[in-house]
Amino acid sequence: MAAATVAENNTFRNEVMAETPNGHRMLHCLQCGTCGGSCPSGADMELTPRALIALINAGQRDRVLSANTMWACVSCYYCTVRCPQEIPVTDIIYTLKRLSIAERRYKDTDAPALAKTFTDFVDKYGRSFEFGLATGYHLLSRPLSALKMGPMGFSMFTRGRMSLLPTKIRNIGQLQAIIHKAREIGARR
Amino acid sequence: MKYAYYPGCSLECNAAAYDMSVREVADLLGIRLQEIDDWNCCGATEYFSQDELTATAVIARNLALVDPQLKQVVAPCAACYLNLKKTDRLMAEHADFNQKVNEALAAGGLHYRPGTVQVRHMLDVICDDIGEAAVRDKVVKPLNGLRVAPYYGCQVVRPYPGDENPEYPMKMDHLLSWLGAEVVDYPVKAHCCGGHMTQISEPQAFELIRRLLQSAQDYDADLIVCMCPMCQLNLDGYQGRVNGYFNTEFKLPIVYFTQIMGIAFGLDPKKLGFGKELVAALPVVRAKVNGLAAQAAQ
Ligand code: SF4
Ligand code: SF4
Repeated sequence: MAAATVAENNTFRNEVMAETPNGHRMLHCLQCGTCGGSCPSGADMELTPRALIALINAGQRDRVLSANTMWACVSCYYCTVRCPQEIPVTDIIYTLKRLSIAERRYKDTDAPALAKTFTDFVDKYGRSFEFGLATGYHLLSRPLSALKMGPMGFSMFTRGRMSLLPTKIRNIGQLQAIIHKAREIGARR
Repeated sequence: MKYAYYPGCSLECNAAAYDMSVREVADLLGIRLQEIDDWNCCGATEYFSQDELTATAVIARNLALVDPQLKQVVAPCAACYLNLKKTDRLMAEHADFNQKVNEALAAGGLHYRPGTVQVRHMLDVICDDIGEAAVRDKVVKPLNGLRVAPYYGCQVVRPYPGDENPEYPMKMDHLLSWLGAEVVDYPVKAHCCGGHMTQISEPQAFELIRRLLQSAQDYDADLIVCMCPMCQLNLDGYQGRVNGYFNTEFKLPIVYFTQIMGIAFGLDPKKLGFGKELVAALPVVRAKVNGLAAQAAQ
């Protein structure tokens, strides 16, 4: 079978396995479809998690990294706990998100913009900032959504559930030194 | 009993009701919470989507800052709980990863040895460490007559369910029964609320929210109690938008399990953060719990 021969030097699969904790479990996929069948977002995915794994095994890097599967995933971990082969499906999807973001392969999704805005706040303040996320992120990518969320935002605000200013941790320098170092180590390989 | 406390960003503002009620209930039950000094954000799912090593180092800073006298940290938010637990596990199971994370931590003068701090969720602490007898002992206003649907969501029960069934957890069901509530047994109690999807694809998120509200309503719930700020925000904050989108008329209050515990313990609803939810909960609680309406009228 083609899968067996491709597997010999399947660099894409090796890459995904190396980047995912316990990723080697992927080699044991039965293509049973339990993951996709358990997925609350399955209907919104062009490729189910099962199909993604088949395509990774087939070395189809381009198709996998431009799939919308990762951006429809809500990290509910149903696939992971139900997989009969103990394959960390959700974590594989995280790896694919990272590869897709790093190489800008995603299309038609605001998820990477949200992730970027979120982590930028963490890097800068040490805390997330919901109001900034709601406004800044929306203004960047979908200005009309900010208007639509208006009344709800107002209700949250009047109940003291939305702060207009971010909180900053005291020792932000320490956190930034750790982040800087982690990025440096990550870039080493 | 004393624990390190990691409130997480949501509990500072959006989920202040959770923080308030956790602290009130903990106080009454003799759970001493010592907030981690200068804790930072856990990165939610977003940091892991970008950079696993940095995400882990950012989370590990919190574990490294836990007072060495304390062996356990309590996190009420599901995402924070999972991230802290996952970081500890990743570091424990993968020596090379542990080494890299500690190299990053060292740049901030910190070190964390995996396994040093046990990560716990507030629900586990209350159910397992405090236990049924002590909880029942504090109940002064049993919730008789109130039909409560326990909503667990995802990240506390999966992928690390501990002694729970990851698809059919029971701890909150038991706890609610100790408080005298009628526990609603409905099929979606551990399904997903949509997480951050409200920010990315509203149709997808709204459908997941609708399924939960519909099921709880079909099973005659008066109210849903949850254990995660994201679940509360999606089910409560977005309920009006979901109604508009599907032309439905849901009016289900969503509160934190610690808030409803506080009511059963006779604590002041204001101190428990009631009134911060968008779909008002207190009128329903007062109307349904036998005897509470009369007391409120006095
Ligand atoms: S559930 Fe596991 S074994 Fe089955 S198709 Fe999905 S990943 Fe493969
Ligand atoms: S973790 Fe993602 S892929 Fe897996 S079942 Fe949940 S939404 Fe689907």
